[in-house]
Amino acid sequence: MSFGPFLLLAVMESLVTAATLALTAVGLSLVFGTMRVVNVAHGEFFMLGAVLAWFVTGWVGGPEWIGFVAALALAPLGVAAVATLADRLVLKRLSYEPEATIVATIGLLYILQQAALTFYGPEARPVEPPFNFRIQFPWFGYSGYKLFVIFAAVAVLLAVWWGLTRSKAGLVMRATQVDRDTARAFGINVDRVYAGVFALGAALAAIAAVLIVPIQQAHYLMGGEPLLLAFITVIVGGLGSLRGTVIAALVIGLSDGLIAFFYSPTLAKILATLLVALVLVFRPQGLFGAKT
Amino acid sequence: MKVWVAHLAVLAVLGVLLAVLPAYHATNLARILTLAVFATGYNLAFGYTGLLSLGHALFFAAGVYGAALPVTYWGLSPLPAIGLGCLAGGGLAALVGLLALRTAGVSFMIVTLMFAQAGYLTLLYFGQITGGDEGLVMPDATALIPGLSPDTARAVIAFTLFAVALLLSLAVIRSRLGRVMVAMRENEERSRMLGYNPFTVKLSALVLSGLFAGAAGAGYALLFGYAGASFATIQYSILPMLWVLMGGAGTTLGPLLGTAAMFYLVDGAARITTATLLVVGVALVLLILFAPKGILGTIRERGARWIP
Repeated sequence: MSFGPFLLLAVMESLVTAATLALTAVGLSLVFGTMRVVNVAHGEFFMLGAVLAWFVTGWVGGPEWIGFVAALALAPLGVAAVATLADRLVLKRLSYEPEATIVATIGLLYILQQAALTFYGPEARPVEPPFNFRIQFPWFGYSGYKLFVIFAAVAVLLAVWWGLTRSKAGLVMRATQVDRDTARAFGINVDRVYAGVFALGAALAAIAAVLIVPIQQAHYLMGGEPLLLAFITVIVGGLGSLRGTVIAALVIGLSDGLIAFFYSPTLAKILATLLVALVLVFRPQGLFGAKT
Repeated sequence: MKVWVAHLAVLAVLGVLLAVLPAYHATNLARILTLAVFATGYNLAFGYTGLLSLGHALFFAAGVYGAALPVTYWGLSPLPAIGLGCLAGGGLAALVGLLALRTAGVSFMIVTLMFAQAGYLTLLYFGQITGGDEGLVMPDATALIPGLSPDTARAVIAFTLFAVALLLSLAVIRSRLGRVMVAMRENEERSRMLGYNPFTVKLSALVLSGLFAGAAGAGYALLFGYAGASFATIQYSILPMLWVLMGGAGTTLGPLLGTAAMFYLVDGAARITTATLLVVGVALVLLILFAPKGILGTIRERGARWIP
């Protein structure tokens, strides 16, 4: 295969990464932007989504696509329920104090990981894709499902954007983000907004996981990498800026994929983590964020 | 004076325990003491200066490899290697501090986390030299101190490391620097007004902390015969935080107490279930919810105000 098609293949693979990364990172960014909580357990919500998807497709049976649709609906709901529980039982009691919540979510990370290991086991298990057709390019065939992942992620992101900017709930959320105390003075139930945002963030990670799980297998340790990448994306994009996060996901997904494809995955990660550290030190508002 | 006597008494008890306990328990205690050096160093940054770092695994791993590489490749003898590991930890802490200390709070946590992660990946990238995830096996512990049996040598070195770390940390927090470190934690703005430079104070605390972590890493690798990239994973940044939180942040003996408590908690849990991660997770959540001051911190608050 000559260089051109090879590059095309690499770009398409990277786009799949970028699409799920954008979903995961937007979830993390919403939680951070609104609640000022750095959710270290976000990757575990991702993992939980994948694991639940495996369970759901197993229970439902029947043709692959029915199981997949069921997983796409149920897994995010389940993960959102877990997130709400964590918010009620732990985060709220810490009154969302930033440093304490980081420690608490690290604890949550271990708890979720152990739960997955105990109830799901150490094996990596695949989920069947809902449909199998290959798109035949002149040089190589490409999985149609991967293209579907890209479109699905874009659709979900558009829905989130619409919800945030056009709906009443989005308005309430943005008001809370700008000024929690004033929002409360205007009769907004801030606790409820926080619970909702935390659940929404977790559900977005779960959707990303359900989408990716027919390509990558579900495993109890799979949360580490999306967490790291999502962190990188949110920081480079500017903490709490949604548009910045999406652009950064695209840039990081593509560059990470391309460097990994042509050089070494480890080298790509080293560069990305160093980039984040330096961005935070020298440009804390993010590469795309506005100065506040 | 009373405080020094109390600490020497604690050390004496530890020394006696090491001498009289059967081999298995003595080895466990040596392990706890070495890790407690790490926790004591973490406490200097987190407990006294208020620097919540998530990157201390980097300094620990710097100690591990600072000692392990010269021993493996140039046949350096173990004792000077511990010194090298210590310096590697401190040096890396200075480098990270120069950059990371321009940020504070949550950003500081993430920057340190990212540097540690980059360090871990670098260790993997140079897997041919460092052994990567599989690691390097260190030479037999009999070579530690010629003429002593491995168990005895291990006990002596672990005890010495911990004794130096404990007394040094006590000396630091009772010194001028120590007082200013606490002042930084309590109110950085006011300390600045009083003419102290927050950056230099915090950097000194971080470098001290890195030296301790490096010594602990070097000791751990050499005493227990293994150096691997896994020592640079996030887990080794979180463990010292857990130990310090458990024993009591900002108390000199808290790190030792927390390390020992966690060690036996995980050890006990491992006998009942395989779910040891759960113990770590639940301990973290419960501590931060109900006892953010840890064991010694809570006791100090309830009346025993003399605890340093």
